[in-house]
Amino acid sequence: MKTPVQRALVSTVLLAAMASVSSLAYAATTLHVMWYSDGNEGQVVAAQIKDFEAKNPGINVVLDQVPYKSIQTALPVQLAAGQGPDIARVADLGGLAKYMLDLRPLLPDAAQWDANYGPFLTWMRLPGDTTSIHGYMTQLTITGPFVNKTLFEQAKVPMPGDKATWPQWAAAIKTVAAAEKVPYPIAADRSGHRVFGMILSQGAKVFDAQGNPAVVDAGFKAGAQMIYDWHQQGLMSKALWGAVSGATYQGANTQFANGQVVMYESGSWQISQFAKTVGTNFDWVAVPTPCGPANCSGMPGGAAVVGFKSTKHPKSVAKLLDYLASPAVISAYYGKTLSVPGNVGVAKAGVSYVGATPAAAAALKVFGNEVATLAPVAYKLQGYAKNKIVFDAVISRLCEAIVGQSTLDQAYARITSDIKNQIAAANGK
Amino acid sequence: MRGASARNFGSRLGRFLAELPTAPMALIERALGTSRMAYVFLLPNIMFFGLFVFLPIGIDIYYSFTGGTALFPSQRPGVGGLQYHYLADCKSYFDPSSCREDYFWRGLWTSLKFTAVQVSVMVLVSLATALVLNMKIRARGFFRAVYFFPVLLSPVVVALVWKWILQPQGLLNALITGMGGHRILFLADAGWAMFWAVFVSVWAHTGFYTLILLAGLQAIPRDIYEAAEMDGTRPFRQLVRLTLPLLWPNLLVVLVLVTIRGVQTFDEVFALTGGGPGTATMMIVQYIYNTAFASQVPDYGLAAAASVLLGLLLLVLTLTQLWLTRRRRNA
Repeated sequence: MKTPVQRALVSTVLLAAMASVSSLAYAATTLHVMWYSDGNEGQVVAAQIKDFEAKNPGINVVLDQVPYKSIQTALPVQLAAGQGPDIARVADLGGLAKYMLDLRPLLPDAAQWDANYGPFLTWMRLPGDTTSIHGYMTQLTITGPFVNKTLFEQAKVPMPGDKATWPQWAAAIKTVAAAEKVPYPIAADRSGHRVFGMILSQGAKVFDAQGNPAVVDAGFKAGAQMIYDWHQQGLMSKALWGAVSGATYQGANTQFANGQVVMYESGSWQISQFAKTVGTNFDWVAVPTPCGPANCSGMPGGAAVVGFKSTKHPKSVAKLLDYLASPAVISAYYGKTLSVPGNVGVAKAGVSYVGATPAAAAALKVFGNEVATLAPVAYKLQGYAKNKIVFDAVISRLCEAIVGQSTLDQAYARITSDIKNQIAAANGK
Repeated sequence: MRGASARNFGSRLGRFLAELPTAPMALIERALGTSRMAYVFLLPNIMFFGLFVFLPIGIDIYYSFTGGTALFPSQRPGVGGLQYHYLADCKSYFDPSSCREDYFWRGLWTSLKFTAVQVSVMVLVSLATALVLNMKIRARGFFRAVYFFPVLLSPVVVALVWKWILQPQGLLNALITGMGGHRILFLADAGWAMFWAVFVSVWAHTGFYTLILLAGLQAIPRDIYEAAEMDGTRPFRQLVRLTLPLLWPNLLVVLVLVTIRGVQTFDEVFALTGGGPGTATMMIVQYIYNTAFASQVPDYGLAAAASVLLGLLLLVLTLTQLWLTRRRRNA
């Protein structure tokens, strides 16, 4: 039997030992990675980070998995305060470009990055910057619709073909929804990419001849009117778009997975999620973006993993990103997360999708084919560094018209003035 | 024996600790004089308030006269009263759509509308609940606990619970459709959304204000009522002529607290409706949050100017309360 004094001594020695071990651990470089997931991305990258740590014993990586909303709202404030993570997975590529670390001088083979990520690196650069390498694409996303095929079959309504127009789809969906009593005939995420994924086909040009935003034109008005009319007719539910204000994101993935939506305008990043959540509950398919008078274009986009200037360990950041972006590692990542590759070399070589269900494999093929149909203005809008200003203004004001707080004409006027004021504010007024 | 010696040690330790500051305080008193000792005792509180209240207010006012998107004050250029000019740039203050910053005016009017309705309902419900809970009813303690329970919940939890009840596939709609009715989009209709924002706020906070009024009711001497009963005064007349006048100080506190809280409302409504549909339930505090933190171009200057104006509004409300209290005391 030990006396209390002996016990206290033993405890003190143990505590001291633990403290020493902890301090040894902190002597190594620790990188903080802020990460959001749509599906299993966090799980896949966590395993890859472990492999990296095993190969680089001096670098510890802490993976902070957060909701997408935190990336959109909390991260910019952290970065502005110089308190951000070392690395993050982000979707607002142009908006955060001013905080991003230029990896070029730190990379052992920058040419490999130029060759494989070249077309997307410009999305992460500030206007005028033609050389910086800020990160790599974890996925190339393309907006497009998912359809509940089972509902069409049950209603005995034939699904419109590949080149069908938005009105043709709307008419078919209306019949299906009425027959099957579906609460959300058409649903779309409350996001600028999804809105422009529907509007560009109507001929919206978005920019003037000088390349400045000139959003409200005849094509835009036709697209906005279409979305507005669908809400008034009950084809789109106000419960999704109208239930929040401002530019707040609101998805409809849960409603689609629950079989409550006939057509869900979202994008390629939902594939891995639906492969799991829908399972065998019903048959779902991705279909090409319906056509309008101008084209059949959706919106490209993507998520990238980038380093930040505020890091105290730029070399370690570059080392980790170089590892994760290397062809073998990123190819495995795309394969396991069922992502459309944002790496030219990997896309050419083809991705071996692991465990993709037939529905997921077919959807990946549809979105892969969509790349060829994207309109030039879609790439231009995605590459515009202040595109979120445009997206936010359109969503907020269009929603106000949809719920009856303003007319469409008032919304158009406000979209124009909001974009003008916000760009002026961004330029320091 | 061991217990007694431990108690003895405890009491000696207590005495020692109590007497510990005596010597330094005596020294300070000798140096400053007795009349200035009050400031010494106030110093910790003044430092706390200075650091966490007055300094942020000062920074906020400074930011409201700066522009740009930089976060740190040293990097922000001065723009004079431009932010206030933007906020005041309106053709008619009663028509937000005629204003440059229409969201500010929408938020302000929505907050005022919400406050006016919420204050009336909250005071009435709290008063009625307090009157009932002050009566000799069965299981009075249980009901007091039940009414107070929502106060213990986090505002976000309250909002999420009600959102779950009110959503299109929620509990309430299940009940309505189960009885043969049509599903109602409670949170996608401007009128319904405002109704539920007020309802949830009242549900969540009534317990607290009931407690204040209950304390006031219990402080009214019983013999006044006995005398009134002997004079044959009816219960309603007792309420109007005795209870309400004697409860007025507590009612005033409740009125002011509810009003200030109403103007400041953000968390519950934001989590419940997100400010929607459209901007139907977007309060002034949400406008400030959106302007500073939820847009791609964070406009800290404009948000700071809006919060200074909100602060002034709250100051007016507080001064009104002080004036009313003093007037009552002097009368």
